Amino acid sequence: MSTLRTEEMTLNMGPQHPSTHGVLRFVIRADGEVMREAVPDVGYLHRSIEKIAEKVGYHGFMPYTDRVDYVCAMFTNQGWAMASERLAGIEVPRRGEYCRVIAAELNRIASHLISVGTMGMDIGAMTPFTHALREREMINDLIEELCGARLTFNYMRIGGVAWDLPPGWREKALAYLDHFDPILDEYNSLISYNKIYVERLANVGVITPEEAISYNLVGPNLRACGIKWDLRKDIPYSVYPDFEFDVPVGEGRWGTLGDSMDRYMVRIMEMKESSRILRQALQNLPSGPVLAKVPRNFKPPKGECQVRIESARGDMGWYVVSDGTGYPWRVHVRTGSFAAMGIVQKLSRGLMIADLVTLIASLDVIAPEIDR
Amino acid sequence: MEPLAIYQRLKERFGDRVLEISDSKLDPFCVVDPAAIVEVATALRDDPETAMDCLSNQSGVDYKDRIEVVYHFFSYRLRHGAVLKVKLPRDNPSVHTLEHVWKSANWMEREIFDLLGVTFEGHSDLRRILMPEDWPGYPLRKDFVEPLEYHGISTVRESPIIRLDTRKK
Amino acid sequence: METLINNLIASGLFGAKPSFDVVAAIVEFVAGAVVFLVVAMPFAGVVTWLERRVWARIQSRVGPNRVGPQGFLQWLADGLKNICKEDLIPAEADAPLFKLAPYLVMLAFILPWSVMPFSSSLILADLNVGVLFFTSVTALTVVGVLMAGWASNDKWSLIGGIRSAAQIVSYEIPAGLSIFPVVLMTGTLSMQGIIQAQGWAPQHWFVFANPFTFIAANVLFVSALAEGNRTPFDLPEAESELVAGFATEYSGMRYTFFFMAEWGNLFLIGALMTTLFLGGWRFPHVSDNVVVMNILELITFNVKVLAVVFVSMWIRGTLPRVRIDQLMTLCWKYLVPISFADMIGTAVWVAIWPDGNAFMGYLMFAGGLAVLAVFVRRVVYYVRRSRMELYFRPGI
Repeated sequence: MSTLRTEEMTLNMGPQHPSTHGVLRFVIRADGEVMREAVPDVGYLHRSIEKIAEKVGYHGFMPYTDRVDYVCAMFTNQGWAMASERLAGIEVPRRGEYCRVIAAELNRIASHLISVGTMGMDIGAMTPFTHALREREMINDLIEELCGARLTFNYMRIGGVAWDLPPGWREKALAYLDHFDPILDEYNSLISYNKIYVERLANVGVITPEEAISYNLVGPNLRACGIKWDLRKDIPYSVYPDFEFDVPVGEGRWGTLGDSMDRYMVRIMEMKESSRILRQALQNLPSGPVLAKVPRNFKPPKGECQVRIESARGDMGWYVVSDGTGYPWRVHVRTGSFAAMGIVQKLSRGLMIADLVTLIASLDVIAPEIDR
Repeated sequence: MEPLAIYQRLKERFGDRVLEISDSKLDPFCVVDPAAIVEVATALRDDPETAMDCLSNQSGVDYKDRIEVVYHFFSYRLRHGAVLKVKLPRDNPSVHTLEHVWKSANWMEREIFDLLGVTFEGHSDLRRILMPEDWPGYPLRKDFVEPLEYHGISTVRESPIIRLDTRKK
Repeated sequence: METLINNLIASGLFGAKPSFDVVAAIVEFVAGAVVFLVVAMPFAGVVTWLERRVWARIQSRVGPNRVGPQGFLQWLADGLKNICKEDLIPAEADAPLFKLAPYLVMLAFILPWSVMPFSSSLILADLNVGVLFFTSVTALTVVGVLMAGWASNDKWSLIGGIRSAAQIVSYEIPAGLSIFPVVLMTGTLSMQGIIQAQGWAPQHWFVFANPFTFIAANVLFVSALAEGNRTPFDLPEAESELVAGFATEYSGMRYTFFFMAEWGNLFLIGALMTTLFLGGWRFPHVSDNVVVMNILELITFNVKVLAVVFVSMWIRGTLPRVRIDQLMTLCWKYLVPISFADMIGTAVWVAIWPDGNAFMGYLMFAGGLAVLAVFVRRVVYYVRRSRMELYFRPGI
């Protein structure tokens, strides 16, 4: 029997496509529904944030950091603040650190909610998305009360945070957590254990632990491969040593270790851990100032440093070179999405077109974070 | 292992190809000969004492008289890191790629090539990654001047405040 | 209808001189077409509104509630808006085919209405091959969709069109096979004949007639969802994968046609299920007045149809989408063998009890009630466990 002669088709997915989470482009070579390869083409959202940093100074760059990753802007704020503090050797007041952790962990839940919600939407289930966004709206309300913004927060400052928690906010946040914990179970029974959902995600886009490290995957993507590594636990920063929490890792319960389902489940479990951290932080909030004395004309001494923090998309590295003036000489952000996009081309071989969509969603790629 | 101990170990092994060890308070680093970067990096990865299984960050810095490529290594197994640097001349900077040692180098080197114009020899896919293919110059160099227009699209924007002023007159 | 056609031929439609009959027939045709449009379109429209409201409630939103009472006229406003929109035809598209495709899809949606048994008298044509006619004209959709996909000259549309063709052609088989048990039991293909063979009470419906018809009803429902491109089988227009599938390049009224047909198809799925398995318009004889009876039957039929439509909306609000290989596996490895076995099983059953088994009807109906009770219990359990505040305010 002679084999059927087929022809390869080149497909252009993006930059405007509903499931590319921003402005991403893939050039797909496909044979019918099966992909030979998908080559990512990034850069449509490049706003030269690293160049802007060299022009606006240390304090002035803080609002720009929000735009590096607008889904979890608290972490980019924190990364920049911590890098500047490390350069100048500034100690942040304890209450300031707690405020940072509270804001950041709330933001992590919000970011993971977006991630798991869009995951459902990419597989065609609209309901989980609206349910996830409903919860995220409440977090946005809380954060709005905290810093006046809902998306690009600009909450943190070099040396602490801009404002203390408003009166009554703590109780509201605790009430929200009481509401949120059962919601997560409801969400799981709504979609996570759905047969079709598991079938679509399990055994798709399997990443081995060696590959994950070699491709420098970070955060939930790395933990889904079974590597128990969380910067909050392993290289603790801020006040994270004060809190008790677990680091969820992928188990391969639904398919192979390191598949899309593991990445999804790690995010779900991380929300629970974030909620645990938040409870502890809100209950043990120390008193005192929230902002250290930092000169308005901030000039860190000559030197360079790298700061790594665990953002919602994983280990975010801020490499800052100072030349002793009020403007950083060079800033480089190493982000989780950038690394995750690097592995897409390799994983895409032999997948179906519908699986590429779930693969991108499971890697939780945010376009501005890739392009900066 | 402390970073300085790692650099000492490299110094013992590679002698004068390790050019300089800085004992800065923040992040101590070590400058190596650009020609030896692949050997040094492979040694860092394969030596069981260092076992750097991850190239965590790679970036380039333009210092007006030279361009430095900075490598941040990290070992998930031993939980320590190291910073390596190579110093390159500003015209035609070129260094060998580390793509075959760590896969993550692929994209990060493309980014450095795109924004700073460092050529990585032996790279499998050295194309611009963030900027358009036909963009003139390398934006993160200190002497980069932004062109006034790109394919007929203006890159400067009128200030709305100034425009209001002219309207009043 | 057939007498009409016979009359036409007899009165010399193809002859030299048109007779009065021919003119009357043409008038009848035009009137029929107008009635089709006037009747069918609002049904599709109401289904649109209902779907958006139901779906919104499932997703804890409000949904359209501004145009008319409870947003009931939203579909009319949307239709008007779409008529006013520009009808874009891509420069590279195959223009004649591109223009024709929505009409074909629309035709496939309009034609089955001619055999729709709304009540004992309200049926346009009680064909003796009614069910066959119904399934065969709905399958016309595939031609229109494939045409749209091809003529758009867009690869995403093409993939959508081809997915649709593969899907509809495959699912025709289990759908057709699961109609057979009913045909075997009644010995007729006429819609009215099938309904009259059932009783008004649930235990006399074919869905509870015997285990095989119950399975057949479920297989038919799943296959009909797949043929109607409904979630979880909405691959041809999977918005997150294929942008909008075969309809990517369409705009304005042509786009509306596709979606009107889709939502109208939902009503057709419900009508087919109701006719074959849920007792159709059967209502207890409470009045000797024909008009009153017909109105009651019309209401019964529509309530049953909308109940089935509601289930499919509910499914759409709950389930994610399957992948194309899983879709094909489901059809060829599960549904086709099941429906074959089902057909043979029914044949055996009919051979043993030619007049049906009344005890089985009661038993299966009781079983159905038990399943429903378990389901309600489970829902109550989950609602209690998640400690959600519940709102029952249908009139937001």
